[in-house]
Amino acid sequence: MRLAILDQGHAWSTKVLFAFIRLVSRQPTPEPLKLVAYRPGFYGSFMKRITHEAMRGPSAWSVGERELMAAVVSKANASEYCIRAHTAVSTRALGSGEQVSAALDDLDTAPLTEPLRATLRLLRTLARERSVSADDMRAVLAAGASRAQIVDALAVAFAFGATNRLADAFGFAMPGAEELEAGAKYLLARGYK
Amino acid sequence: MADIEKARRELVGRLVGGGGRASRELRAAAFRDERQALPEPMRGLAEKVVTRASEVRDQDIGAVRAAGLTEDEIFELVVCLAVGETNREYEAALAALDAAEKG
Repeated sequence: MRLAILDQGHAWSTKVLFAFIRLVSRQPTPEPLKLVAYRPGFYGSFMKRITHEAMRGPSAWSVGERELMAAVVSKANASEYCIRAHTAVSTRALGSGEQVSAALDDLDTAPLTEPLRATLRLLRTLARERSVSADDMRAVLAAGASRAQIVDALAVAFAFGATNRLADAFGFAMPGAEELEAGAKYLLARGYK
Repeated sequence: MADIEKARRELVGRLVGGGGRASRELRAAAFRDERQALPEPMRGLAEKVVTRASEVRDQDIGAVRAAGLTEDEIFELVVCLAVGETNREYEAALAALDAAEKG
């Protein structure tokens, strides 16, 4: 972390929680947790609610599909920590890494439903260009995605547009393979609360 | 359908309207990406956070710290920059969706 307060500036009770998590998981305190637990009344408590609702709230998209959206947004933003984390979670949620790696490699040829492919293209454009047009939206609707599905996908884009920027600006340390697997298991069992 | 609206509005209100270590004016300028209202060298960091955060380096944060901003001020302003830009993108995308359904 580039700010020492995000490594060592937490409230005493939060530090005790971090120590407990390290003991149980036998992994370092996750970098995203350090961010949302620092002065949570300023940012973290709100973003935890937003991210949990976007990723685990009611939606026509499955959890695996939404985790794949998070991975695709992170790739479009070149946010390495989040690419690795959400590749691991979506791989576990979808039951195979083939669809995830194919989607991250080439959305045009990946084995995806057409509504999901069009939605992932939209999210990629939004992240890369920082805007989308009405024509971009019409293409997603024409591919069979509903308005509710698009709104849900934009909620994922909101959560990860902010998280990608903060992970990269604050310099999240890259997770090891065991840490990624432990994090993926935790996020699928407990979500982002 | 997932509903992030209440929490999103509360987050935006908290970042620019609540108390903080950085002044309310500076947090509002960061949230709106009004770089000319930010002190140098915060402007360079702001440009990176908003448009290419993956290119932020240790020296970008170091330069802001060296200019006299505290870590808590940097934390707040970077959060405002990141959430502000993401919020503009989100609202513009919803407007594009409305336009697509009308047109």
